[in-house]
Amino acid sequence: MSATFTVGLLLLLSLVGYVMGRSRAVTVAGGSIATLHSVPNYYGSYVALWAGLPALVLMLFWMALRGPVMDWLVLDGLSQQQIQGWAQVMLPPNDLQNLLSNIADETAALTETHRQLLLINIKNLAGGQALYVNPAVVESIQPAADHLRNLRNLSDWTLFGAVAAISGGALAFCWARISPTFRARNNVERVVTWLLILCSTIAVFTTIGIVLSLLFESIRFFTKVPLTEFLFGLHWSPQTAIRADQVGSSGSFGAIPLFTGTLLIAFIAMVVAAPVGLMSAIYLSEYAPRRVRSLVKPVLEILAGVPTVVYGFFAILTVAPFIRDLGAVFGIPISSQSALAAGVVMGVMIVPFVSSLADDVINAVPQSLRDGSLGLGATKSETIKQVVIPAALPGIVGALLLAVSRAIGETMIVVMAAGLQAYLTLNPLESVTTVTVQIKSILVGDQEFDSAKTLSVFALGLMLFIVTLVLNVVALRIVQKYREKYD
Amino acid sequence: MDTTTLTKNMEAVSTQPVKVCARDVKVFYGAKRALHGVNVDVYQNEVLALIGPSGCGKSTFLRTLNRMNDTIDICRVEGKILLDGEDIYDPKLDVVQLRARVGMVFQKPNPFPKSIYDNITYGPKLHGLATRKDEFDEIVERSLKRAGLWNEVKDRLQEPGTGLSGGQQQRLCIARAVAVSPEVILMDEPCSALDPIATAHIEELIDELRESFTIAIVTHNMQQAARVSQRTAFFHLGDLVEVGNTEEIFTNPRDERTQGYITGRYG
Repeated sequence: MSATFTVGLLLLLSLVGYVMGRSRAVTVAGGSIATLHSVPNYYGSYVALWAGLPALVLMLFWMALRGPVMDWLVLDGLSQQQIQGWAQVMLPPNDLQNLLSNIADETAALTETHRQLLLINIKNLAGGQALYVNPAVVESIQPAADHLRNLRNLSDWTLFGAVAAISGGALAFCWARISPTFRARNNVERVVTWLLILCSTIAVFTTIGIVLSLLFESIRFFTKVPLTEFLFGLHWSPQTAIRADQVGSSGSFGAIPLFTGTLLIAFIAMVVAAPVGLMSAIYLSEYAPRRVRSLVKPVLEILAGVPTVVYGFFAILTVAPFIRDLGAVFGIPISSQSALAAGVVMGVMIVPFVSSLADDVINAVPQSLRDGSLGLGATKSETIKQVVIPAALPGIVGALLLAVSRAIGETMIVVMAAGLQAYLTLNPLESVTTVTVQIKSILVGDQEFDSAKTLSVFALGLMLFIVTLVLNVVALRIVQKYREKYD
Repeated sequence: MDTTTLTKNMEAVSTQPVKVCARDVKVFYGAKRALHGVNVDVYQNEVLALIGPSGCGKSTFLRTLNRMNDTIDICRVEGKILLDGEDIYDPKLDVVQLRARVGMVFQKPNPFPKSIYDNITYGPKLHGLATRKDEFDEIVERSLKRAGLWNEVKDRLQEPGTGLSGGQQQRLCIARAVAVSPEVILMDEPCSALDPIATAHIEELIDELRESFTIAIVTHNMQQAARVSQRTAFFHLGDLVEVGNTEEIFTNPRDERTQGYITGRYG
């Protein structure tokens, strides 16, 4: 009996509940629907919701707990001989020695890693994938695998029974409660309200979860690498030795080169995006005839919809060689992964972002201010320079800050166009790397999850998160304050 | 000057010379005609009130007098408007200079988000009316005194103009318009956003300003028209129905529609 059947049963019972509830409501109304407190559909929904939801909640809890509980039961059922039999085949000599000396005192018999390995063997065997299990251990763990299979069967049947009982019971109970005076509408709407609340909290809890996981893993990182070294160190080279006899990979985690690289590229991007974006916003909102505006605005929005990976290969295949060749003409050696190429392309990517936000705030400047200025004999450009832009300035600053936080967090373009070597330089013609590039390159491929190298990702992520959060909060504050002024 | 097309509306004649002369002015918004040929003269140093029900075209007409309608894409003006005998719709005419001569005060007080001082010096700076600090100081003081605002704000000239009360803001806007020394001031319902006390203040001010300027004022308030103007023009559905001495319009209107409006039967 698989979980699919249980879900199917639940849906079926809900549907039956709806039909039964509705028809009972019609019956108790005795021909005149108007005597009912709510329209019949609400009675149907009432029964359906109560037939479905409590059993669903039970199912979710069951699913969440069944794995760990079964793991514990299966391991508990293994005898010491069985564990030893498995360990003699699977564990390296050192670990086996440790295990044999510990096994006497029952408690700390297996390390966490070995426990996981044992469980995987058992689960593969139980799931009919004996191919992945060393034939020499099958004999030792076959009873455990059988045990697990039985447990799984039992769990599925119990769940099926429990769901059927709860759902059916709720259905019968709610069905029996239906009477002309029963307030089904209020009941249904209250449940719906709770569902809405639940959905809206998901985003909040996700955020909290992400922040907490970043925070705790960062703390783990900072126990291996001091905070001061991370924040003020000038050398970034995250390769750590995997084996003790490895050479040349001591690992150093000074993040300053990453921060300067990130800021350098973001700065170049803003040098491109701020003037271009602002001026196109001014043209679009103040000068452009309606037809031009209706043409250019959608095109700008298409630019915003181009996937960043496309910008990325545009940067590395077109812009970077162009800049390098241009440098060659002037006799300046330019790296083919220069910060300039990545920054310029990122700037182009941000242009529509800046122009659309700036366009909004410029349009929010009341027409009466423009009229006042024009009425005094100012030209259009004088009006824009001396009245419109100053009035829109807080909003424009907010828009630029949002753009900066986007530039800092942007990944794909820099992954493709910026370098991997963390040079500490402010020269835009050289290759630099960014925080996001390092996070990506550290996590790609297989990684052990407790090394300083892997954990450094969380510290970098946390820094990135804090910087963009601060920028966003400040920017939104400014924009908000500005909005209030003219409402 | 083209004065041969005087209609019966134009009998009331002042001893002053004609400052603004409108002949057969038609305004279109896209295909829709908002004004159907308006003929009216504004004499020097008089206050002309434009009254009429909402949507009758009086504000539209007022805005043609300093070409503020230019800012609306779909708006088109036909006919002739002469300022001191000069056609203001002449393509060779610089609209910026026109607006320096014909100032405007709007319905909603619209001080710039700058200091009171900078609000006043905005226009003079644009037109190069002064260069030295003391000249600007003098313009600011004179303009604010004329707008009756000097005593209230002389100690806080560097504070933002948007921080003043509604009535003060409107007087600041009047001072701002006066500061460029225009010849004509157009006022588009300048008191509609103000309380009665601030309104009384502004009405007094309009009467004083008449000595130096020619004023055209749009108003919804008929008592206000009666109080501040020498002549009144009544608009209805895009037509100028009647124009004459204010006293006459209010006591003895010749047109039935004017009578209906001022006695409150419609509008």
